[in-house]
Amino acid sequence: MHAPQHLRYSKEHEWLDEAASPAVVGITRHAAEALGDVVFVELPEVGRVVVAGEPCGELESTKSVSDMYAPVSGEVVEINDAVVEDPALVNSDPFGAGWLFKVRIDGEAEGLLSADEYAAFCGE
Amino acid sequence: MTTDRRTPLDAVHDALGATMTDFAGWRMPLRYGSERDEHTAVRTTAGLFDLTHMGEIEVTGPEAARALDHALVGFVSKIGIDRARYTMICTEEGGIVDDLIVYRLGEEHFVVVANASNADVVAGSLKHRSTDFDATVRDASEEYTLLAVQGPASTGIVGSLTDADLPALKYYAILRTEVAGVPVLLARTGYTGEDGFELFAAPGDAVALWDALLAAGKPHGLVPAGLSCRDTLRLEAGMPLYGHELTRDTTPYEANLGRVVRLDKPEDFVGREALAAAEADVRRTLVGLTSPGKRVPRAGYPVVDADSGERVGEVTSGAPSPTLGVPIAMAYVASERAEPGTRLAVDIRGKAEPVEVVALPFYKRG
Repeated sequence: MHAPQHLRYSKEHEWLDEAASPAVVGITRHAAEALGDVVFVELPEVGRVVVAGEPCGELESTKSVSDMYAPVSGEVVEINDAVVEDPALVNSDPFGAGWLFKVRIDGEAEGLLSADEYAAFCGE
Repeated sequence: MTTDRRTPLDAVHDALGATMTDFAGWRMPLRYGSERDEHTAVRTTAGLFDLTHMGEIEVTGPEAARALDHALVGFVSKIGIDRARYTMICTEEGGIVDDLIVYRLGEEHFVVVANASNADVVAGSLKHRSTDFDATVRDASEEYTLLAVQGPASTGIVGSLTDADLPALKYYAILRTEVAGVPVLLARTGYTGEDGFELFAAPGDAVALWDALLAAGKPHGLVPAGLSCRDTLRLEAGMPLYGHELTRDTTPYEANLGRVVRLDKPEDFVGREALAAAEADVRRTLVGLTSPGKRVPRAGYPVVDADSGERVGEVTSGAPSPTLGVPIAMAYVASERAEPGTRLAVDIRGKAEPVEVVALPFYKRG
């Protein structure tokens, strides 16, 4: 299981980089591999207030479509245009160039897992 | 259902790093890397598939052909020796139990290939339906491994491993030969819309045959290919899949496959009366849909009138087409909406997305 230590994780397989300013959100490699080739990413619009645990976008892959869940509440301040243009970045570099959006966190991030806890959650 | 059935290539798939999935109780490779790359390889070079999960049922005996004429909708006794035919087994009510390929290996010897999820049901039905005939029905699935080499480079790859006259092996023909020294039934059939071969071999020869094909294919660009790309390949080719386009609640006529029903057969067959009635009353029709957007119509989504939102059908399969670069789908719609060019919409999780009815297949090889 490859889950960077400096990130925190939701049980819906999103990661959150709280140390960055603003915080960055993406999906994990585990999720990307389960989806297969991602072909379309629908991100929340800049300015939208997302709510922790609620759907805020979609990821279409060859085999399926998945909701994207906000790992934290806050206002979306930037989206990754590169990943909209080239959704394969989610597969090739989910923790890097495949990031999804940046969010100005409202309050505290709650209920997220550490890297080790997330790895255990994924059963690996 | 538990995943307790493994193909003889199970360890090979693991060693190749395949993502495995349960399919009808079998542990099967979904993809080895990128399913889109595998799809493209089959369209441009070649792909190698493990299809051991398919069911093989042998029907033999003096009245084997008559028994199959009675049990299936096709005119099986008209199949030439060493030829194959796409056909179906239907219920008395005309519903589709499964779609099949029937290979005729001899005057009194047929192999019926059924979908994995239906192999038991088809074997059981064939046995039941042939009791009045001098024929023996035997589920021989355990005796065969099935590999497929599909794609434009297939002939060069298989040809490098056999003395068989491949140019003489026509589409939907089969011959007994050796490939890489392994005895096989070599058929020019497939489920991808490309030229290609299906190789039936003994399970004990599966690894040797797989390794030889992979090695011989490498210089031609052949890659191992999983069930995920098999699904997008067949969808682009407009080929129906049991459980999606074909079910017990659909008739061959609704699926645009009325040509496989031979109402002109001299003797009665199971489903004949219902099918004759169904032919004259096709209320819904299988169509192709394309979308100008990005969101993909998936199986089970409602097809609706673009203006009123009235439900007019349902999507049976859908995927982002790797070859066309747009979402494609097959759907049953009310027959008066089935004309290519008709503008409809699909309710994609609460939002109506415009789609257009198009002629099938989406893709035809050049």
